[in-house]
Amino acid sequence: MIRFDNISKRYPGGYEALSNISFHMEKGAMAFLTGHSGAGKSTLLKLIALIERTTRGQLFLDGQNVSRIGKRRIPYIRRKIGFIFQEHHLLFDRTVFDNVALPLIIAGYRHQEIGRRVRAALDKLGLLKKERLYPITLSGGEQQRVGIARAVVNKPMLLLADEPTGNLDPELSREIMALFGLFNDVGVSILIASHDIPLIQELDCPVLSLEHGRLANATVATE
Amino acid sequence: MIRSRKNQRQSQHHWRAQLRRLLSPRTFLQRHAQVALDSLGRLYRNRVASLMTAAVIAIALAMPAGLYLLLDNLERLSGTWDGQASMSVFLKNSVSASTADRLATSVRAWPEVHSVQLITPDEALQEFSQRSGFADVLDALEENPLPTVLVIVPASDYTDPAAASTLRDRFSRLPETALAQLDLQWVQRLAAILDIARRGILIIGSLLALAVLLMIGNTIRLEIQNRREEILVTKLIGATNGFVRRPFLYCGLWYGVLGAIIAWLLVETGFWLLSAPVSNLAGLYQSDFHLETLPLQLLWVLVMGGMCLGLLGSWLAVGRHLNAIEPT
Repeated sequence: MIRFDNISKRYPGGYEALSNISFHMEKGAMAFLTGHSGAGKSTLLKLIALIERTTRGQLFLDGQNVSRIGKRRIPYIRRKIGFIFQEHHLLFDRTVFDNVALPLIIAGYRHQEIGRRVRAALDKLGLLKKERLYPITLSGGEQQRVGIARAVVNKPMLLLADEPTGNLDPELSREIMALFGLFNDVGVSILIASHDIPLIQELDCPVLSLEHGRLANATVATE
Repeated sequence: MIRSRKNQRQSQHHWRAQLRRLLSPRTFLQRHAQVALDSLGRLYRNRVASLMTAAVIAIALAMPAGLYLLLDNLERLSGTWDGQASMSVFLKNSVSASTADRLATSVRAWPEVHSVQLITPDEALQEFSQRSGFADVLDALEENPLPTVLVIVPASDYTDPAAASTLRDRFSRLPETALAQLDLQWVQRLAAILDIARRGILIIGSLLALAVLLMIGNTIRLEIQNRREEILVTKLIGATNGFVRRPFLYCGLWYGVLGAIIAWLLVETGFWLLSAPVSNLAGLYQSDFHLETLPLQLLWVLVMGGMCLGLLGSWLAVGRHLNAIEPT
């Protein structure tokens, strides 16, 4: 699903955020990405999301080499990926329903199908009764779940989560992780950046550990 | 290696379905209609601000449209005389009625002359007192001050300005003539003045169209700034530039259309206010002239113009500012 082949990322100004990263995460896998802040977790996720482009090396997503892909094709790659952010990036001038519907509208789904899929996603996350509310009226955990609903509504092949439990208490965090497990069970590949070590240890998942821009452990097969 | 479950064929099927969905004309139209309505709704939610912007656009559109219509009416006024390039030959007071009659008959035989109408002083006085409203004053006169007039219409080969003035000179040389005058002359001068006015309106119109363009561009630029977060999020979840651009283009288009409709109301109201005094003035010149605006045609032209300017203005703004907003 995700293959890093000797990837380095150097920012303008010379700071090298990632050096010679190589790993392969297979289709249907669920893995964690850990490391101290500044270790390059966010940069790694941004490379996969094509927000940042690799300086050196090859990046494969679903078998496709995207390291030198043209700007115009980026949106279509991003539609295969669901993003979950720590500060969830919901649009506060729209209802929960409209927030979750956004990826479907972008992908050009029919009106009826949008309604069906959005309600299915909201139902799965226990938010069906909140569809008409505005995100500002929801609790932090609920907002995060709306963000997850938006990420999965398009049935992406890959979910990327950047500190999805960063602002939540342990109870809620465990709930969110259980949700990820459910999605993984139906075949979605998931990569979660987190520094919540106790939580990660509870789950039996491969861990990619970054240290100063280098891959520090071999829990995941590297090549 | 990490657990693997997904199968390749399923994902290929998924993508083919997505492509089919994107290319279906029904979804395409549905999406555009949706975006157009959304943009309109957004304008309605900020209706005071939207209305003010639209009003400024309307004034800028109404100015050249109104001036052009006024000019058009003036041209129509001069056009009614354009066809008959007639000439008035005023005879001396000493010329008797029978001499005038003979002269008219002989002139009628000239090859340059198409027709001759003889207006005796009595006929002229009668017509004048009927149409000017000075009947009482004229009755008080002891003598008829009006001369005999021959109204000459040149033959069709002699209507151009040069031939017409040669013919006028020939009439001037007749011993009975007091004054030979081309009626066409002031019409030609008016046409020249109108030509200048038309050029002036073209310049004003271009400048105001540019102002509309900048106005819409600036409004859209502010709108883009206000919706920065939304643009970032939609780009991040796979929106193409086209998708992000669309609501702003529709927004510009609506501003143009709204401005055009208000401009139409302004012009029609202005002409309605002018129509009574103008008809009154025309009446004093014995004319049944009245202002015409052709409301439907005007509305059509204004709306099309406003729409184009709106689209172009927002296109320029979007092109400049949208690419600068990329997720980081």
